[in-house]
Amino acid sequence: MPDYDKATIGQLIDGTLPWPELKDMMSNFKDTDRFDKYVEILQDRMTWDDQILLPLGPHLFIVLKDDGSIVTKSTSGFEFGDYRENWKLKARIFVRDSDEKYREIYPKLMHADPEWMEMREFYDPIDGTLLEVEAVPPGYPIVHSFEPDLEAFYTKWLGRSFPPTKN
Amino acid sequence: MNIMSATNKATADQKAIGWDGRTLVEMITESERLFADTGRYWGIEDLSIKDKDPIKYEKIWSRLRGGLVGARETALNISASPIVREIGELCFGLYTPEGDSISLSTGIMAHIHTMSEALKHIVRADYESNPGIEDGDIFVNNDPQLGDVHNADVQEFVPIFWEGELIAWAAGVTHEIDVGAPQPCGMPVGTVNRYEDGFILSCEKVGSSDRLHRDYEHRSESATRMPFYWVLDEKCRIAGCHMIRNTVLRLIQEEGIDTYKTFIREVIEDTRHAFVNRIKEMLVPGVYRSPSFMDVPHAGDKGVMPDYAAVDSLMNCPLELSIDEHGSFDIDIDGANKWGYHSFNCTPSGIQGGLWVTLCQTLIPNDKVNDGAYLATTFNTPYGTWSNPDNLSVSNTLSWMFLIPCFTGLVHSLNRGFCGRGYLEEIIAAYPFTGNITQGGGINHHGHDGSWSNFEHSCSGVSARWAWDGETSCAAVWNPEGDMGDVEAWEIIEPALYLGRNIRPNSGGFGKFRGGSAFESVRMVYGTDRQLLYHARDGHVHQCSGIFGGYPGSTGYRHTIKNTDMKERIEKRLPYPVQDVDSENSQISANINADETFDRRLYHYPDPHGEYDLYLSQICGGHGLGDVLERRAEMVAEDINTGHLLERYAGSHGVVGSRVEDGDWTVDATATDTLRDEKRQQRLAQSQSVEEWMDSQRDRAASLDYNVPVRKMHRESCELSEKWLNNYRSFWNLGDDWQPPTA
Repeated sequence: MPDYDKATIGQLIDGTLPWPELKDMMSNFKDTDRFDKYVEILQDRMTWDDQILLPLGPHLFIVLKDDGSIVTKSTSGFEFGDYRENWKLKARIFVRDSDEKYREIYPKLMHADPEWMEMREFYDPIDGTLLEVEAVPPGYPIVHSFEPDLEAFYTKWLGRSFPPTKN
Repeated sequence: MNIMSATNKATADQKAIGWDGRTLVEMITESERLFADTGRYWGIEDLSIKDKDPIKYEKIWSRLRGGLVGARETALNISASPIVREIGELCFGLYTPEGDSISLSTGIMAHIHTMSEALKHIVRADYESNPGIEDGDIFVNNDPQLGDVHNADVQEFVPIFWEGELIAWAAGVTHEIDVGAPQPCGMPVGTVNRYEDGFILSCEKVGSSDRLHRDYEHRSESATRMPFYWVLDEKCRIAGCHMIRNTVLRLIQEEGIDTYKTFIREVIEDTRHAFVNRIKEMLVPGVYRSPSFMDVPHAGDKGVMPDYAAVDSLMNCPLELSIDEHGSFDIDIDGANKWGYHSFNCTPSGIQGGLWVTLCQTLIPNDKVNDGAYLATTFNTPYGTWSNPDNLSVSNTLSWMFLIPCFTGLVHSLNRGFCGRGYLEEIIAAYPFTGNITQGGGINHHGHDGSWSNFEHSCSGVSARWAWDGETSCAAVWNPEGDMGDVEAWEIIEPALYLGRNIRPNSGGFGKFRGGSAFESVRMVYGTDRQLLYHARDGHVHQCSGIFGGYPGSTGYRHTIKNTDMKERIEKRLPYPVQDVDSENSQISANINADETFDRRLYHYPDPHGEYDLYLSQICGGHGLGDVLERRAEMVAEDINTGHLLERYAGSHGVVGSRVEDGDWTVDATATDTLRDEKRQQRLAQSQSVEEWMDSQRDRAASLDYNVPVRKMHRESCELSEKWLNNYRSFWNLGDDWQPPTA
């Protein structure tokens, strides 16, 4: 079973891991302590102290706050509310729903017909980071992409208490 | 050596061909009962061979898998079709007597479970009694209703006997160039029902004593436009199946029949168990959602298609993956909309094909793949939808067209699980559609009535990964060993010369890491004045999103170029088009005089072309990952300098630079930092809260004030699914009494 040090996992996160090592990592058995090292590295990089319980993307995390609440939080520090709610509903939204708006990203005719599909961009309300792009027909309910069962993950799969004890 | 005759010692009084005197129907009934009662394949509690002698277990596995891969690599040389020989569109598998997959070769693995479905039909329909299943028999199938994706994929089955008992099935599948439909090619567009799909063989017995029946040979030779390819593909499949049979019989001679019988059941249970463990190792329990879409723009085909079929439609696949604390893996597309009078309907069997090929390249990318993984998953295909039509006469010739985007939702779902666990090396922003599919037919350059299906779309761009750009023109989701094929090989069959193949800039989706670029081909009809040409790819919608802020790859467009001056250009040695490059500054238009039109109708009824007419094929690029403003500026410059990005789109990345005379484009770092700060502020200024946006959209949502295909999609999804209707009502706060307007 492979055992990677935190420097290697850090390189993986940053995309600086050389291809031969990355390929070996893809082909090898998975390291069972990856989650803990990964979260420790991310935690060290944050400007806030809330405990990361589950990363949701490069800029989004489910965190445990001092008051015991569990929320979705971004690298900028914006809190999107209870982790069971769809964080997109608290983001800033910009909708590409015309040829003119699509053409900022795609050449003519190389984007969706705005009558058939709109492109919703969800931004971090503090720093304007583009967190997710949703290409859907007009009227499509905003997609709740992931509802993790954190309790089952921590208690059944990791064998830990939930909510976990604050570090 | 053919071992069949040496080992087949069936006695005359042994009627049933199953194990221990049972019929196949009795065997499959017992297998399913035991699985339902215990949750384990055949109720197996212990892996006796693996536990006692793991080396032997692996040795047997390697013998079988090696036999399958060897059969594929050898048999493909019998085929004459470039789709099989060059692209590798074939696959072989080994199955239990009941039709459960034991092992498979490399290749188009999508068919491992579709062939299982066909075999189970043979078992359940009691072919054992009629028409009978005997040593040396050959069965063939390409009926999606029984077990296939579409009828271009033709499957061959050969039963394997040992002392009168059926102990396995060898199976092989290849993709055909032509299926004998009214419209030429292997995957016709514009068919409106099954009766236009062409040559369909519904699990038919077509051979005995290892030879095809003469009547079937005559029928297949006259049923398709390219019988030469059909016949040699069939011989390829049969040869591969016979090689597999020899492998199995030799293994039994060495290891004994009891060991073999125990092994084939234990390896399926082992794989089922391993799949559940893999879920717990790699993912996070919960509910994942990711939709995908497909445009069906047949309204433009009024006059050539029936009025009821010549309509615009939008297909909806709202994929939801649920994983519980026990490691279940339940996929549901409840909310999918209705089937239609077009070529793109699917069947539950076809859906399984899509699931297989996706899992093989994501969650279980190893050689131990079989129906154990199938037993660990469920997939709900709601009745009446495009995935499970309540009308058995629907057309399925191009089921793959929506099946492919459908499973991008599964890859995106897995990505979110991988991201949660830190297995970032596994993340990829799904995959692009594998189009444009260039197909055609008519009187060809040899003067014959011909037909062709080009498979260069096997090299789509690859989507971005966690921290790496996608590869350029590299792969197809349905064949991990995809290859675009040599132009010279295609030109033997196709009366359309290649004028050029080049990277298509801006085809990959933007992001911190961009989707891999695709290529474009410019073709010229040559040697005939009678060719029907098709396109097949997304034109009105992006079929899925990127991920983590990445944009989807570009859509395509149709650039029709007829009545050209190519003949004169060739005679006078004048410049002619070899690439298109930019829709806003077409290099085709700049280098030709012709009647040209541009539109988004990339699914259309076959379009007549004459000699010297041109055809542009744009293959799909991959999807992006991450915020485009975080892309390293020097990577943007490299994209511009290597033809992956049009220079005017540097600004979309917040990158400022310039070209030094005729030299490379270089970055102005200071100006870039300033522009990126401005663009982030611009994002916040031009955006609004979701609440404000919903308020502005609610009236439209209530009245379904959208264009015809979008309105029809919403209405159908709401009518077919109470859950979807309630979700729509709840999201838009429309009240419990809201119903989709019918007008």
